[in-house]
Amino acid sequence: MAHVNSLRCRECGREYEVAAIFTCEWCFGPLEVAYDYDAIREAISPEKIANGPLSIWRYADLLPVDRNPAVDLGAGFTPLVRADRLAAELGLGEVWIKNDTVNPTNSFKDRVTSVALAKALELGFKVAACASTGNLANAVAAHAAHAGLQSFVFIPADLEQGKVVTTAVYGGNVVAIDGNYDSVNRLCAELADTYPWAFVNVNIRTFYAEGSRTLAFETAEQLDWQAPDHVVVPIASGSLLTKIRKGFDELVKVGLLDEANVRVSGAQAEGCSPVARAWIDGTDTIKPVKPDTIAKSLSIGNPADGYFALDAVRETGGGLSAVTDDEIVDGMVLLARTEGIFAETAGGVTIATLKRLAAEGVVRPDERVVAYVTGHGLKTLDAVVDRGRPTAVIAPTLDAFHDAFPPEQFDH
Amino acid sequence: MAVTVRIPTQLRELSGGVAEISADTGTVSEVLAALNTAHPGFAERLFDDKGELRRFVNVFVADEDIRFLDGVATPVTDGQTVSIVPAVAGGV
Repeated sequence: MAHVNSLRCRECGREYEVAAIFTCEWCFGPLEVAYDYDAIREAISPEKIANGPLSIWRYADLLPVDRNPAVDLGAGFTPLVRADRLAAELGLGEVWIKNDTVNPTNSFKDRVTSVALAKALELGFKVAACASTGNLANAVAAHAAHAGLQSFVFIPADLEQGKVVTTAVYGGNVVAIDGNYDSVNRLCAELADTYPWAFVNVNIRTFYAEGSRTLAFETAEQLDWQAPDHVVVPIASGSLLTKIRKGFDELVKVGLLDEANVRVSGAQAEGCSPVARAWIDGTDTIKPVKPDTIAKSLSIGNPADGYFALDAVRETGGGLSAVTDDEIVDGMVLLARTEGIFAETAGGVTIATLKRLAAEGVVRPDERVVAYVTGHGLKTLDAVVDRGRPTAVIAPTLDAFHDAFPPEQFDH
Repeated sequence: MAVTVRIPTQLRELSGGVAEISADTGTVSEVLAALNTAHPGFAERLFDDKGELRRFVNVFVADEDIRFLDGVATPVTDGQTVSIVPAVAGGV
């Protein structure tokens, strides 16, 4: 049973009843789910969570959905990997990677989609839809298939073939739009006004975004119910970073953590860094940009939750950085080489930012640090093809192998 | 000399349910002021106490965000459309 009181505007505080609405009618600010934390505190315990499913639904008491069983393809409860070799290279102490590459469709979007479609079923919708450049498209198509919902996924027409295939294979409708992601998004906002469909990142966004909090819940549980000192989170719309911070604070409210003093740092690509730019310039105004970066899953030039992400970084004493495309690829390779985790470009942004913030002394060696790696490297192979050549190409003979790899240099 | 203003669902109670309203050419500021004169109530919804556009209100002229143009001083010429759109985004 969901412990939800209402939906509340983050900007002006006006309250609304639970429904498929996403912005405040008065000021257009984003709506957020307001929970009954006393009721959650009564209902929840570490034991109950430990006995729950191995997915985000082990935190059902903290999710805004009544429906049970929910739509569960196994999103979440991904590994928290101790990253000592990476830490050593960066001059840090205790570093952990939250490896969200291993979700059902290989990105953290499975978390938010699982919550969104469960809510969509509860609200009586028959069709799931979204605007996406790839990760969300995969997640919505897969979860809609699993839930027996029809789906409409809207993508830019120039999307890579791999992302089209890994969406279309689930059998829903994939509509390619002649335009960029921002045009797709605007069309979806109009369609959401016209059709009674559950657009997960439009009219269901209020519930959808809540799924990101599970990244904080899991991190705390996997650290034996302790909060990290510092987290590094990629920013596109700013929602993920905002919700991870909220998640740690909520665990204190419901009695699962004694305290949470988590510094929150944000990662952006230089080619799409409206939030980092505001931070660097020391201004309160976030100016939209036209994205131009290999980190396409972070390419939102007009971030809806950018102001809240900026506030979260400022309030917690974190930092923000904008890294170049070369640094992103270096970050992907560094993580793969040191920890055996192959991240998409967004993960490269996170690792490159962690590296910069460590060098600047913002992330410190005495801190327990968690870096959020949100999507799998196979999704953005094009970015690393130049780094993925064979070490040697040889004839199929022992001599040829010895020529390429002199035996005296190796144990045998 | 007329321009079209597209009204989002949330504000159509102010426009009598109508999705598009015609206005004279001028700057975005003037077009929105004219809108408020014809249909009182728009101004307090679109602008904050300081008279600035609310930060979750996006305004487009001919499909371009006015923050890429000249803000509320952006001219709207004959036949162009001004769209009022809530800030919406997908992605991470």
